[in-house]
Amino acid sequence: MLAPAPTIHLQSVEKVFPNGVRGLAPLDLAVGQGELVSLIGPSGCGKSTLLKLIANLHQPSGGAVRWWGEDFSAIGREGRRLSFVFQDPTLMPWSNVATNVRLPLDLDGVPRAQAEARIMPALRQVGLEHAAKRYPAQLSGGMRMRVSIARALVTRPDLLLMDEPFGALDEFTRNRLDEDMARLCARDGLTTIFVTHSLYEAAFLSSRVIVMAADPGRIHAEYVIDPGMPRDEAFRMSDAFARICRDLTALLSEVSPRRAGEEGI
Amino acid sequence: MTVSPRAIAVAAPIAVGVLVLLAWQAACRLWHIPPYLMPAPTDIGASLAANGPALLHALRSTLAVTMAALAISVAGGVLSAFLLVQSRLIETSLMPYVIIMQVTPIVAIAPLIIILVKATMPALVVCATLIAIFPIISNTLQGLRSVDPGLESFFRMHKASRLQMLLRLRIPSALPMFMAGLRISSGLALVGAVVAEFVAGTGGSSAGLAYEILQSGFQMDIPRMFAALALITVAGLVLYGATAALQRLVLRRWQAQG
Repeated sequence: MLAPAPTIHLQSVEKVFPNGVRGLAPLDLAVGQGELVSLIGPSGCGKSTLLKLIANLHQPSGGAVRWWGEDFSAIGREGRRLSFVFQDPTLMPWSNVATNVRLPLDLDGVPRAQAEARIMPALRQVGLEHAAKRYPAQLSGGMRMRVSIARALVTRPDLLLMDEPFGALDEFTRNRLDEDMARLCARDGLTTIFVTHSLYEAAFLSSRVIVMAADPGRIHAEYVIDPGMPRDEAFRMSDAFARICRDLTALLSEVSPRRAGEEGI
Repeated sequence: MTVSPRAIAVAAPIAVGVLVLLAWQAACRLWHIPPYLMPAPTDIGASLAANGPALLHALRSTLAVTMAALAISVAGGVLSAFLLVQSRLIETSLMPYVIIMQVTPIVAIAPLIIILVKATMPALVVCATLIAIFPIISNTLQGLRSVDPGLESFFRMHKASRLQMLLRLRIPSALPMFMAGLRISSGLALVGAVVAEFVAGTGGSSAGLAYEILQSGFQMDIPRMFAALALITVAGLVLYGATAALQRLVLRRWQAQG
C-alpha cells in the first residue's frame, strides 16, 4: 500500500521576485499530517515568502508545491482546508468579533445558520466567547490576535499557516497564546506551519524547527523535537527546553548575517 | 470643582466670540465709527431683524444650490471613483482631467457655464458641483485603494468573488476616507454656490445671499451686507457640524471604545 502523500510537499521550489531579487533558492520540504513545523532564521531569509508560497499567495518561479499530493484547486474541499493567520490581526474594524470570525464561512458559501452555529465554539477555543459583540477597536492587541486565530479555526482547517502571529505582543501574552496554540494543535492533530523570529517560541511549539539562511533564502538545518513532550509551563522551565534553546541558538549563530570583523553594539 | 474637557471645548470658543463682539461693539461706539464703514454688532443684529424675511429667502436659495451640488457631487464623485479604481489604465487616462477640473478657478469658468447653461439654478448648481466634487472623488478613490493588504489576501485566499470584495471589503474600507471627503465637500459646495451667485449676479425670486451682499454694497447698506455674511457663516457652520455628526455616527464602530 502506498504511504499517504505529505500534507505539504515542496519540490525544488524557488522564488525570484520581479525586481530580480532571489527570495528563495530551490528547496525541498515535506510536512506530514499533524506536524507543527516552525520556520526561523534572520530577516530576509525567506520564511514569510516560503509560507506565502504554501498559502498560494505567491507563485513559485520554479518547482512545484503540492497540497495532499494535489494542486491548489483541491484546497477548500473536505479534508483539504487551509487557514492563514497573518502577522497583524487583519480584522474588519467595521464588524464585530462574531462577524469577523464568520467571514471565511461567508466567503466559502456556508449557509448562515450553519455558520452562526460555529462562531461560539471557535471563540470558546480562544477564550473569547464573552467578546462576540465587541468591535476590534474595543479589544487589546492580544485579544485581536485571538479573534484572528478563531477566524482561522472556524473553518476547521486541516492545515494552519501562521506568519509571526504573536510578534507584536508582549512576552507574557505571547507565552500564554503559545500555550493555547500548542494545546489546540495537539488536541486536533492540526498540521501547522509557523513562522517566528523567536527561537524560544519555536522551541516551545514545534515538533520540527527549520532553520533558514539568507542571500538567497534556503534551508540551513532541521531540528527535530520529540512531539510527545507536553507543551506547558513545566516544559518551558525544564532542562530539555533549555537544551533545545541552546542547540537552536547555535544553529542560528551559524546563519547570523554578522560578518567577521563587524563590531557588535 | 472640575470642568469636563467637553464643556471647555464648547465654552472656550463661545467666550472668545463674546469677547470679540464686545470689543468690536465698544470700539465702534468709542471711536464713533460710522455704520457704512464698520457697523457695530448691534447694527448688524438690527439689520438682520429688519431684513429677516428677505435674507432668509436668499439663504434658502443659496442652501438649495448648495444641497443640490453636494448631492450631485456625492453621487457623481462616488461613481467616478468606482470607475477610476477599476483599472490603473482608466485612472492614468482620466485622472489628469479630474485634476484640471480641480485647478481651474471656478470664477474663471463660471461666466462660460452661465452662458452655456441657460437656466440660472442649474448653472449655479453646475458651478458649485465643479468645486465640491473633487474631494469626494479623490478621497473615495484613495479609500477604495486603502484596503488592508492582509485582509485582501484573506479574501483572495477564500476565493472571494469581485462582488464580495466590493461589498464586504472595498466599500467599508473606503468609508472613513469618503466621510472625510464629504466633510470638506460640504463646505466647498457652499463656497461654490456663493461664488457662482456672485458671478451670475442673479436677482429675482431665486436671488441668493451673494446677490444680497452685492445689492447691499451698491446701496451702501453695510449692516445688511454683514447680516448676509453672518448667515453664510452660520450656514457653513451648520453644514460642517451636520457632516461631522454624520461622520461620527457612520464611523462609530471604527472608533468604538471599550
